[in-house]
Amino acid sequence: MTDQSAYNFAYLDEQTKRMIRRAILKGVAIPGYQVPFASREMPMPYGWGTGGVQVTAACLVPEDRLKVIDQGADDTTNAVSIRRFFQRTAGVAVTEATEEATVIQTRHRIPETPLTEGQILVYQVPIPEPLRFLEPRETETRKMHELEDYGLMHVKLYEDISRHGQIATAYDYPVKVEGRYVMDPSPIPKFDNPKLVGNAAIQLFGAGREQRIYALPPYSEAISLDFEDYPFAASKADHACDLCAAPDSYLDEVITDDQGSRMFVCSDTDFCASRRKAGHVGPMGTPMAGG
Amino acid sequence: MDTSIWAKMKTQPLLSVRDLSKFYGGRIGCADVNFDLFPGEVLGIVGESGSGKSTLLSCLAGHLAPDRGEVIFATTEGPRDTVLMAEAARRRLARTDWAYVHQNPRDGLRMGVSAGGNVGERLMAVGARHYGQIREAAVDWLGRVEIAADRVDDRPNAFSGGMQQRLQIARNLVTGPRLVFMDEPTGGLDVSVQARLLDLLRGLVREMGLSAIIVTHDLAVVRLLADRLMVMKGGYVVEQGLTDQVLDDPQHEYTQLLVSSVLQV
Amino acid sequence: MYVAVKGGEKAIDAAHAWLAEERRGDPSVAELSVAQIRQQLALAVNRVMAEGSLYDPDLAALAIKQARGDLIEAIFLIRAYRTTLPRLGASAPLETAQMAITRRISATFKDLPGGQILGPTFDYTHRLLDFKLAAEGEVPAAPTAPASLDAVPHVTAMLNRDGLIQTEAEGNATPPDLTREPMEIPTTRPLRLQAITRGDEGFILSMAYSTQRGYGRTHAFVGELRIGTVAVEMEIPELGFSVEIGEVELTECETVNQFKGSKTEPPQFTRGYGLVFGQTERKAIAMSLVDRALRWKELGEDNTGAPAQDEEFVLMHADNIQATGFLEHIKLPHYVDFQAELELVRKLRREALAHGEAAE
Repeated sequence: MTDQSAYNFAYLDEQTKRMIRRAILKGVAIPGYQVPFASREMPMPYGWGTGGVQVTAACLVPEDRLKVIDQGADDTTNAVSIRRFFQRTAGVAVTEATEEATVIQTRHRIPETPLTEGQILVYQVPIPEPLRFLEPRETETRKMHELEDYGLMHVKLYEDISRHGQIATAYDYPVKVEGRYVMDPSPIPKFDNPKLVGNAAIQLFGAGREQRIYALPPYSEAISLDFEDYPFAASKADHACDLCAAPDSYLDEVITDDQGSRMFVCSDTDFCASRRKAGHVGPMGTPMAGG
Repeated sequence: MDTSIWAKMKTQPLLSVRDLSKFYGGRIGCADVNFDLFPGEVLGIVGESGSGKSTLLSCLAGHLAPDRGEVIFATTEGPRDTVLMAEAARRRLARTDWAYVHQNPRDGLRMGVSAGGNVGERLMAVGARHYGQIREAAVDWLGRVEIAADRVDDRPNAFSGGMQQRLQIARNLVTGPRLVFMDEPTGGLDVSVQARLLDLLRGLVREMGLSAIIVTHDLAVVRLLADRLMVMKGGYVVEQGLTDQVLDDPQHEYTQLLVSSVLQV
Repeated sequence: MYVAVKGGEKAIDAAHAWLAEERRGDPSVAELSVAQIRQQLALAVNRVMAEGSLYDPDLAALAIKQARGDLIEAIFLIRAYRTTLPRLGASAPLETAQMAITRRISATFKDLPGGQILGPTFDYTHRLLDFKLAAEGEVPAAPTAPASLDAVPHVTAMLNRDGLIQTEAEGNATPPDLTREPMEIPTTRPLRLQAITRGDEGFILSMAYSTQRGYGRTHAFVGELRIGTVAVEMEIPELGFSVEIGEVELTECETVNQFKGSKTEPPQFTRGYGLVFGQTERKAIAMSLVDRALRWKELGEDNTGAPAQDEEFVLMHADNIQATGFLEHIKLPHYVDFQAELELVRKLRREALAHGEAAE
């Protein structure tokens, strides 16, 4: 793809975008329901964000300012690759600052900085079906959703507690949306689950290979499944960020030598950098010039 | 409480079956089956293998689509033909009002899930959300089917055949279903194990006032459990009536043969 | 002092430059032209067209060159290109009975109208490495015979005259388009055939092979395998009639399968169908076997639980572009979810060890 003029704005043709927008609107109208859509073959592999890319392409307008993160970071290779794709095919402005972005495409994280009305958060979803690993058949899981037959979901949690004394699901932690559909929030750590709830932004989920789109409209309820006597608890490494000293952000563990030394740093690179610019310094950080 | 058959007859039938037929190619699976089952009644269906009794049970429970006929169940919203129901509605019945005990417990249990999880599943399916209470109910039910409480976290594949079958029964009865289908519940078990299971089932049937349809080739099972009996041969019902009546005074020659062969054992 | 890993952009650019260099290989060796690939690696080109669902040998050859001979990567390039093309219309159904035949064999009749034509096949070559090919040289011309102008009717059409084989339902309904609608299971035969014809050759081959070994056996005979070119016609609304817009090479396979009859049908033969772009006979035969195995329900046969009878299993796993993308995505960073697992396992271990000590 060297000759860009051969391609439409944001790569997809307008008819395809309309088809995807219809699926998005249906998803917004039925929060948590997986809307089948005719996912297109994209010039990047399935499983690498084709669903998110199609949703983003259908949402983008020339005035948008796009941010792309993978594992919370703007500079991981796949985030770079997707950001470049849209710079090339849509020519939109890009940013690393969460609050400046109008559209944010993400894989595996929700930014630490609270989102605001008018922002759209697009998730890349590998397996949209929260029941998939309990029941491999699509025909079967579709019926289970239709009937709200979610007993099996709790059987899994029950087994966790009986074996480990607690619910042993650390990411991709299923939620029940607006009292109806059980939804897969994509493989975000369960630390991020509370941010799904009552979020001011529109949250859209795209699964390209599995041909599904679903959504959480602003200020939706999304209850992490649990038991009354074993309530859901968001968790993270019991540290503060070694660079910016944030006590409450999700941390990546970095191995610093072969003697077992390690440090913990914010997975949200924009959040960490902003804090350091504002003068916060962690035990292993250095002060940064204000920007 | 008057539990005589006549008292039961006064109420509406729980299940009404009309002209039910199922064919496999040119071969008859079951044909022209008619009966009513009343609340609190246990109906036995006997016959040798190939008589159509298992086909009939599958059609009744919605596992097989019959080619003709009606299976009208008294749902909480009134009588409904389950043959014409959308599959979704039928499955809703299957996890609330109905229960199904398979001959092979492996077909009716989740072998990768603990005994407690197996019993708790139906409770969770209808909304139970307190782990402690679910576990308590599971342990209680394990006790009622004579499985020790300390086995609650073991998986069924660590259980003997008889224990697996008792676990399957507990898993099915924990939510108090209105109608239980049983397919050869004692089949494949040793004779001594069978006796214990039968004894247990009889106790549960009496205590809970269960409505059930039991398919078996074993007349001892129906003698002990069933109020009424249907005898099948070649897909047709050849004789039906009160259990004692049919077994003690069989009218059809096939029933006579069946009864006499059992007496020889 | 620790600095967060940066430089994704630079790494990507460098990787692409290196890739281009590797693609070219040793510059002292002559560069491969797209025309050479198209002419001399025609079966690779055919596979890329078939699984890429785009009949364009030049683009397929280009894709193979760009992909350094990785055919799945080449198929991917073609698919991604195809999806951007505008839809101008649909052709009239192809008349494979009117095919200009280069190869046609039947395993069910020794001789038949139209004859058996062996064509350019590997079938009876002895698989001995031909070292002469390592040297360059002229190929002696193959003998030719005048082309027959007689029609070559389908074997199944001849069987059908006697009612010995099931008549396929005809209809004017527009078939669904796999590339324009999401696949929903249970599906229909037209959609299944589309999915199989663009499915991975290796996967379809293995599924077909499994039916032969008894996992969903269908007792297939190759009623007919034919390869040749067929005219593509399109109805132009302004003209009110069809015009020929080109021709495509196709491989078509119809199997004749045993069928014992059902409650509505007397015993007769049934068919499995395979139709694939280009000379791709392994794929076409495999396709016809898998198609037939998937028809158990409509024919009232038993589901024996064989993988090839399982529509959802076959169709959801046949596409190599979906499969390879998802398979390879696990090499993308998963720091965040791995970190979550790490914390959990540490916590569980801590508690398990504490529990063990308390018990002692």
